[in-house]
Amino acid sequence: MFKNIMHHRASSCSDCAKLCCTKIEDFRVKIGNLTIFEDVNLHLHCGQLTALIGPNGAGKSTLLKAILGEVAHTGSLQYTAADGRRKGQPIIGYVPQYLRFDVSAPISVMDIFLACLTEKPVWLTSGRKMRPRILKNLARVHAEHLIDRRLGALSGGELQRVLLALALDPLPDLLLLDEPVSGVDQNGLELFYEILAELREQEDMSILLISHDLNMVARHADQVVLLNKAVVTSGTPEEVFADKRTRQIFGLLAGFQQETQGGNA
Amino acid sequence: MNEIYTLLDILLPFDWAHYTFMKHAFLAILCITPLFGLLSTMVVSNRMAFFSDSLGHGAFTGIAIGVLLGAVSPLLSLIVFSIAFAVFITYIKNKSTASTDTIIGVFSSTAIALGLMIMSRGGGFNKFSSFLIGDVLSITVEDLQALVFVVLLVLVGWAVLFNRLLVLSINSAFARSRGISTFCVESMFAAMLAVVVSISIQWVGILIINALLVLPAAAARNVTNNVKSYQLLSVAIALTAGIAGLLLAYYFNMAAGATIVVLSAIIFFVTLLLKSRFVR
Repeated sequence: MFKNIMHHRASSCSDCAKLCCTKIEDFRVKIGNLTIFEDVNLHLHCGQLTALIGPNGAGKSTLLKAILGEVAHTGSLQYTAADGRRKGQPIIGYVPQYLRFDVSAPISVMDIFLACLTEKPVWLTSGRKMRPRILKNLARVHAEHLIDRRLGALSGGELQRVLLALALDPLPDLLLLDEPVSGVDQNGLELFYEILAELREQEDMSILLISHDLNMVARHADQVVLLNKAVVTSGTPEEVFADKRTRQIFGLLAGFQQETQGGNA
Repeated sequence: MNEIYTLLDILLPFDWAHYTFMKHAFLAILCITPLFGLLSTMVVSNRMAFFSDSLGHGAFTGIAIGVLLGAVSPLLSLIVFSIAFAVFITYIKNKSTASTDTIIGVFSSTAIALGLMIMSRGGGFNKFSSFLIGDVLSITVEDLQALVFVVLLVLVGWAVLFNRLLVLSINSAFARSRGISTFCVESMFAAMLAVVVSISIQWVGILIINALLVLPAAAARNVTNNVKSYQLLSVAIALTAGIAGLLLAYYFNMAAGATIVVLSAIIFFVTLLLKSRFVR
């Protein structure tokens, strides 16, 4: 875990100036009179997996949508590359909750890649030229064999990996994942986190992940942010899960401390 | 036009093809049904069946306003009003938190009521009743020229918009993350639908035009596995039902639009039965 030593594990403002990092400042989303969340300040370091946890209705999905620019918000988002050459808006990859996807239409995995990557209408192009690139993208998530399958015929885990592969072309600076674990079987889950670990180390990208599986978070995240209408607490998994407020929000989680200590070594 | 008539006489040495009005109807069906086939794929995939239904109602008001204004050509007023109506619904739909079908329901019923109100003024509604059922045999040379123009326009629009629409149809947040302006793409698609509905409403009729924007794709998606075959089959179904419907309507003296819809519906039920054989 060389990366973990290189990067600071807790977020603070000063280190963001030197390292490749995405800075989120004073994010606030208000819909009508209802404040979804406010005072959200986050520093997402490259090569780190930041897990966003919180109860239902805490504003986690909305925060991702605000970062994407889909939901109107106040506050600023600033990306700085490691060499300082590029600043401003990061390239964002997004993996939405696959359960929200409409996969009833006859669309193959190949089709959806073509639609995302080329301007040529899918019904005109054979896509022969693009096929190697698409296969390479799918290989990254161990899903080459799915290229000609219909989206609706994929299992939850398979669809999720295909969506991840899509979010990785063009290679993003910041990868956002919304509840990617729900409805995926245990093997699929392990594979997914393995792929994320590979990405984090090989491509040096920041990953922000909404998760409900606190055990997985404890094992794989570098940084944890507890959101409940505002950032309640953030830091390493050990710090956050030891916090009294975390325990209050999630209730007493027996055996949690053990998992945290055992899994993160 | 004369060259085309001669060509048709050579290609179609049948009784029905002798009449000029049937030649016109045949050419119109040949042009418009592939458009219905193409557009319907995204109407169905984007769950816009109710929306496209409201476009027909909007067109009704468009006709009424055209009559009221008198001076401008009815087709022009119809197209302009329909586009404005379609884009406006899309805008409100994106702005408001009320559910989509409620918003469309409100606009759709307002439009048809407004149209009826204007048309029935002075008790002269009967002369508009042809818009309800449509008359494919009333197509003029000018209509055909306008139609060819619309076909070209929609094909270009389809080439430009298609990939974005496809991504949008799967998930709007995902589309947004790929840099697709959802409102822009949706309104352009809505405008395209509005133009096609406007131009064909006098032949197909308000009551059934929506069927043509739903059935071809609904049938095609039952038996296809990728986008290309989906599009091709949808166009083929629309075209087949269109031409067969026209001929049946001619020989049995029925409304052509309705016959086309019934044939499309039969194809839909056949594909529904075949679904398990084709879909992987």
